[in-house]
Amino acid sequence: MARDPQLEQLKFRDPDRARALAAALAREVAAIGRSPISVMHVCGSHEQSIARFGLRAVFPKDLQVIMGPGCPVCVTDMPEVDEAVALALAGHRIATYGDMMKVPGSGRSLADTVGEGAKIDVVYGVQQAVDLARAHPDEEVVFFASGFETTAVATAAVLMNGVPKNFSVLSAHKYIPPAMEIVAEMPGTRIEGFLAAGHAAAITGAAVFEPFVARHRVPVVVGGFEPLDVLAALVRLTELIREGRAEVANMYPRVVTREGNKPAQERLWKVFRPIGGRWRGIAHIPNGNLRLRDEWAHVDARKRFSIEVSRLADRAPRALAQRCICGDIMAGLRQPTDCELFGKECLPDSPVGACMVSSEGSCRIWHAYGGLPDLREVG
Amino acid sequence: MSPAGKEPQDRVLIKHGAGGRAMRALIEDVFLSLGGPIDGIGLSALDDGAAIRFGDLHIVITTDSHVVHPIFFPGGDIGRLSISGTVNDLAMMGATEPLGLTCAVIIEEGFSRDDLLRIRDSMKRACEEAGTTIVTGDTKVMGKGEVDGIVINTAGVAVVKRVVTDAGLSAGDQIIVTGTIGDHGMAVMTRRRDLAIEGNLRSDVAPLNGLVRAALTAGGEDVVAMKDPTRGGLASSLSEMAAKAKVGILLKESQLPLNPEVRAAGEILGIDPLVVANEGKAVIGVRATSAEKVLAAVREHPLGRQAAIIGYAIRERPGNLILDTGFGKRLIAEIEGEPLPRIC
Amino acid sequence: MCLGVPGKVLAIDGMEATVDFFGVTKQLRLDIVDEPVSVGDYVLNHVGFAIRRIPPAEVPETLALFEEVLKGAGPGDLMAAEVFGEMAAAKPGREKV
Repeated sequence: MARDPQLEQLKFRDPDRARALAAALAREVAAIGRSPISVMHVCGSHEQSIARFGLRAVFPKDLQVIMGPGCPVCVTDMPEVDEAVALALAGHRIATYGDMMKVPGSGRSLADTVGEGAKIDVVYGVQQAVDLARAHPDEEVVFFASGFETTAVATAAVLMNGVPKNFSVLSAHKYIPPAMEIVAEMPGTRIEGFLAAGHAAAITGAAVFEPFVARHRVPVVVGGFEPLDVLAALVRLTELIREGRAEVANMYPRVVTREGNKPAQERLWKVFRPIGGRWRGIAHIPNGNLRLRDEWAHVDARKRFSIEVSRLADRAPRALAQRCICGDIMAGLRQPTDCELFGKECLPDSPVGACMVSSEGSCRIWHAYGGLPDLREVG
Repeated sequence: MSPAGKEPQDRVLIKHGAGGRAMRALIEDVFLSLGGPIDGIGLSALDDGAAIRFGDLHIVITTDSHVVHPIFFPGGDIGRLSISGTVNDLAMMGATEPLGLTCAVIIEEGFSRDDLLRIRDSMKRACEEAGTTIVTGDTKVMGKGEVDGIVINTAGVAVVKRVVTDAGLSAGDQIIVTGTIGDHGMAVMTRRRDLAIEGNLRSDVAPLNGLVRAALTAGGEDVVAMKDPTRGGLASSLSEMAAKAKVGILLKESQLPLNPEVRAAGEILGIDPLVVANEGKAVIGVRATSAEKVLAAVREHPLGRQAAIIGYAIRERPGNLILDTGFGKRLIAEIEGEPLPRIC
Repeated sequence: MCLGVPGKVLAIDGMEATVDFFGVTKQLRLDIVDEPVSVGDYVLNHVGFAIRRIPPAEVPETLALFEEVLKGAGPGDLMAAEVFGEMAAAKPGREKV
């Protein structure tokens, strides 16, 4: 009888195996002998998985698993949001992924413009944005494209398939490997290893980390998102740290290969080019932003429209914004609970920084799942 | 288009109706002062209904307005919802024999008469299941575009000797849920938005007074708290129960009854079934000694076959809802507004 | 939550596939998956596109990989041996659905 991968998938949530892996993790960390050992992941979905399954309760106390800049919406800089807000106020229909709605620009978020009559549609896939353009042929439909390279591939594919004349893309896509470089070079960083995102690596291939590992001499392990995937990847990572081996290891072979998805990579780089840009609150990341190549100017919202953002500074940035430590949090230097605004003035409903807005932001995730209270003894 | 609008804080927003924290804040800020001292359980309790002492009984009253869209969905419609919602609110207060329901409708000009009859028939069936009737009502028609299709308000009244509130939990009490969670909200979510997912997701909308009667008969005064987890889901209701009783609640994820399709839809959409509405389920807090007895009685009832004890109240962390995932424990937060799917 | 549950391809129409996830179906685009996909295959979804065809043999291979990781883990292999015994004794049908 043929195996059913969907049911097999559930094996990756087996509590017994999880306990075994957690014990192995504890042994590795103990064998390393230092404390704390800091490792970083760069994927909102990893943080979601860790939070949702309560895995932090299972990690050894001496292991710090820090979330780095793995939230593409959170790192979308204010000027980029302002561009979308300006287009919305100019009367164009904006299609965007839900998380982008509430990210504050220099004054307003896209959600704020809805109350002023702007047309914003939340979509769950870029194809839907194209369908919207077909449904509203008399309007300009701008897709405010957020997400890392995995998501950018979808945008590229849709553009290559041909889109209606009234459709354009305002790209806020980001590229993760350059950000890992910057974080690894930051003073004050003590990251000894990285857990890389499985789905991004499905596209780019595990090999994309080989130059990084050679340059920075820290191991990178590609991991999946089920509880066992996360635990096993961390066991491998701490094993590599213990043995002093700066290598790339693939612990998600059912999805990730060394070379990745070549056709997808080709599409990505045919449509997009990496340029340097500021990641909100962190730093200038060389090659961290993905913009449409010149050949795609005809669907580039930045070329189609002249976007006036200067009038948006009419609302002074809130004083609170100056006390926001999102940047440090995304760089892995501080935690949400270190922020004096966290859970008080800064809440999902009234976010100050982008980390609280996006469902992949560490502040939002910590707030939703209760931060890091020690619940081991409860019940 | 000039940005002449006011600050969003001066306006009521959609999230204020979503059943979570924002809605409670609106009620507390705006409407609470309309309440006053009464002999019984009134507005300030913010319970499913009110209970006014009358001799040695309580009159229990409740009201609900229904604006669900689409008005017809797999498993039910706005008619069934409007009857069940009110019957269930009465039942959650311990009042399982409604004396009668009111029904006020506001209909948009141009609304299909066939649809209206379909809704009417559905209401009739639901009343029969609940053993009650509509005793009075009101009908209004508004111009096209002035109201969205149809709005139905129902109110219900009953008398009861002992009122069960949602604030009665103590440490050690067991929490029973009467069946699978997230069915209604997930069914409506997948229909309402252009998410391009299909499945056999059906709403669980049903009147629960018979089921609750069975639970109360079996457990008597050991049934200490009840609530129906509608908007905001189990997470919202249990958080409220924990806060009002000043206890924590610990749930075991492996014990939560869940339809595989609801689980799958939740995974794909990135929405937790715990925060999504149920319209045919109740959470019942029972003293530990009677928990198994009440569970058995609930399971005997056709609407309670998949009932389970999902956790218990604890002394620590009052007001918090904690989930034991099988790997570790984490807090469950209330949602702020409408749960939105994640990109995935 | 993008946990990467594989979806089973039920039908294909050009570049559109109908994919099943535990009884819930979704339309996915096949433009960017790097291998030909047939009905009965399993794929990984991201924002409405299949990004990878998952070979059915991968799950047991991954579990074997995890076991290897347990084997190599630090000193204290007596404990590991015990754990292996535990895992070997665990029957495949134990998982709750």
